[in-house]
Formats: sequence, structure tokens, C-alpha cells
Amino acid sequence: MSHVWRPLWVVIILVAGVLTFRHFYVPKDFGIQEQGYMYGFHRLGNEKDWKNFPISYKFSKDDSYCQQCHPGHVKSLLASPHAIIPCEDCHGPALNHPDNPAKLQIDKRRALCLRCHANLPYPGAGRNVVPGIDPVTHNPGQECVECHNPHNVMEGLQ
Amino acid sequence: MERRDFIKSAIVVVAGAAVPMSALELMNPRDVLAANPNLKWAFLVDTTKCVGCGMCVKACKTENDIPWTANVSRTWVERYVVTKEGKVWADCPKQARDGFTSPLLDENAAGKISVDTNDIAKGFFVPKLCNQCDNPPCAQVCPVGATYKTPDGPILVDRTWCIGCGYCIQSCPYGARFFHPVLHVADKCTWCYHRLHHGMKTACVGACPFGARQIGNLRDPNDPVTQAVLDDRIGILKPEYGTNPQAFYIGLSKEVD
Repeated sequence: MSHVWRPLWVVIILVAGVLTFRHFYVPKDFGIQEQGYMYGFHRLGNEKDWKNFPISYKFSKDDSYCQQCHPGHVKSLLASPHAIIPCEDCHGPALNHPDNPAKLQIDKRRALCLRCHANLPYPGAGRNVVPGIDPVTHNPGQECVECHNPHNVMEGLQ
Repeated sequence: MERRDFIKSAIVVVAGAAVPMSALELMNPRDVLAANPNLKWAFLVDTTKCVGCGMCVKACKTENDIPWTANVSRTWVERYVVTKEGKVWADCPKQARDGFTSPLLDENAAGKISVDTNDIAKGFFVPKLCNQCDNPPCAQVCPVGATYKTPDGPILVDRTWCIGCGYCIQSCPYGARFFHPVLHVADKCTWCYHRLHHGMKTACVGACPFGARQIGNLRDPNDPVTQAVLDDRIGILKPEYGTNPQAFYIGLSKEVD
């Protein structure tokens, strides 16, 4: 019978090897979780990994986070039609500001303003409600902030 | 009365009396939802409010560390322009990372298309992101158990376990998944699971100046998103796939695919 046992031993050792490897390689919390086999087969610890992903933007309600140190700027912004724009849309993510970074990099480029204020002629679209310009003819090459104050947009226009 | 008729009537009366009053009562969805205190996230997109500024895409890419220059994004904004003859144009240059600043439509290899202003019947923007389906095909096809549905809704990818085979990317009817060019794993929108966990809104919701994006808890009957889903005229994308998406849209048009 040794001609049967010899290949059989090879198979048994292979299977045992794979099972041993699997035992040590697959994490203990891996398996069928709450959502069932079809959609919930995963490593449970990964949910925690995602919950611990670092946060960049504060996006606090009524800019309350920014207001703590910059009340004047927030007040002027909230009084203007730009009040709907969160600070971090132009000033960049606060991260751990003021500790790190100590200074935020403000996006003052024309391209940022054009995201809303380049006129697009679409009937019925919300874009039509936003005052728009033709970027090709309206002072091309100049930065918008040279004439317009983004915190007080009506300044000097009336 | 015939004996046969009497038996028939008797059966009808007994059967009718056997139905309890509670079975005839219509269930109030608000009560049912209130009875379940768990979390169940839902997303609401109001396309009528979107102006196509793309601040959501910018914030998403920054928040979730998605390579800025690569043509991949967890969320994107599509522009639709319909002419008076019924021709539909659509584009999404760089996933609307820089917003829509030109009336020219970016039709990739076909070049930039100019549509005469007087010919435009309607034009609008549709923000898109992962629908976090209740029947997610992406989670079903994963051969290694790297992608899964969390109990509160969002579908996540285990970056340490994904082998990058790409099945899930193909299986998504919405094209919401992509191959992460740096990490070489499948990547997708998580509805900023980390932010939700800390009681914050997603980055795209926070960045939107116009309130076109909202996220809420369907288990909370007083949540504005829940109320909109229950009461407003909302739509979902590609209902024919049976994926049961949890991102709801206000103002969808038949041109939107």
C-alpha cells in the first residue's frame, strides 16, 4: 500500500501546511460579521481603522471654530453675500491650526472665484442666480482680489 | 335562505371577524423608524441647488488624501446641457476638481464642444458619489472579503486586505470605485466615515456653500434628510439594477445616467 500512502502523505502535509499558514496569517477578528456572509465578510478591526482616519477640515457650524481667534474676519464675512461659503473653502483645511500649520495658505487665485462667478448661460440652473462675468473679457490676467474684497464683496461696487 | 347561502355568508362573517383591527391600520413610517434607535446614514443631493463650483471635489480629495493630479475622485460633478432639439451633452473635466468655468464642454477625444446659448433648453449640474447601496454588488463580488458593508450603511475597503483585482470596480453600476494610483488598492467614497464617527458632516457636505449636499440619519425621524426622503419627490440613480442606493436625489432629469 506504500504506493498509495506516499502521494497521500504529500497531500496531507500540503493541506496541513496551508491550514497552519492560514491560522497565523488570517487575523483573529476576520469573519462573517453583523451584515451576513454576502456583504459583511471582513476584518472587524478595519472599521476602527477607518474611524481613526485623520480629519483635515473643521467645517464648524457658522464658522465657530475660526471665530474663536478671528472674530472680526468672520463677522465681516457673515455680513456679506459670501456668508454661505465656509472659511476653509478658500483658506484651506485647518488641520491642527494654529498649532500645525501655524499659517494657512489662502487660495487667492482668479480660478477659485471663477468656480462660481464665470457666467454659464443655463436656464433654470442655480448658477444663473450667482452674479457672473465672462472671464475672457472681464480684466483677463488680473487677480479678482486686486479689486474685490472677498470678505466684503459689496465694498466699492455701489 | 338556502342552507348553502347560509354557510357561505357564515364563512365570510367569521373570516372578516377574524382579522384583527391592527392589521387594517396603516403603518406610520415615522413610528417604525423611531422604534429603531440605530444609525443608518443617507445622503441627499439637491441638484437644483448645485452651481458646479466643484468645491466638494476639492475638499474630498484633500480630506481623503486622493492624488490631486490623477484622474480619479471619490466624488465628482457632472454637467448636462440639453439643446432645444433634444441633443444631450455631458462632461466632467477632471471630475470637476476645478469646477466648471467655461461654457465649452469637454468631450475628451472629440475636443471642446461649443453649444449656442440660444439653443440651450436646459443645463444643470449633478453631484455624484458612492450610493452606499443596501445591496452592494461591489461587496458581493470581492473574492477576499476586503470590502464590506458597515452596520450603519457605508461600504468600506480594507486597504490591508485588498489584493487589487478590480472586480468591485467593474461591478459598480455607478462607476463610483477606482484603483488608487498610489496605494494600489480599490478605493471609494466612505461618506467620510471618520468624520461621521466624530459627529461631523462629510467634507463635501461641509464644503458646499449652496446646501446641495446633505447627510443624515434615516433612523432619526426629525432629521431633515429623513423628512425629505419620506415626503419630498426624490429619485435614485439606476433603480433598475436593484442595488437599493442610499443616496437620494432631488431634481433628477431623465438625461442623468
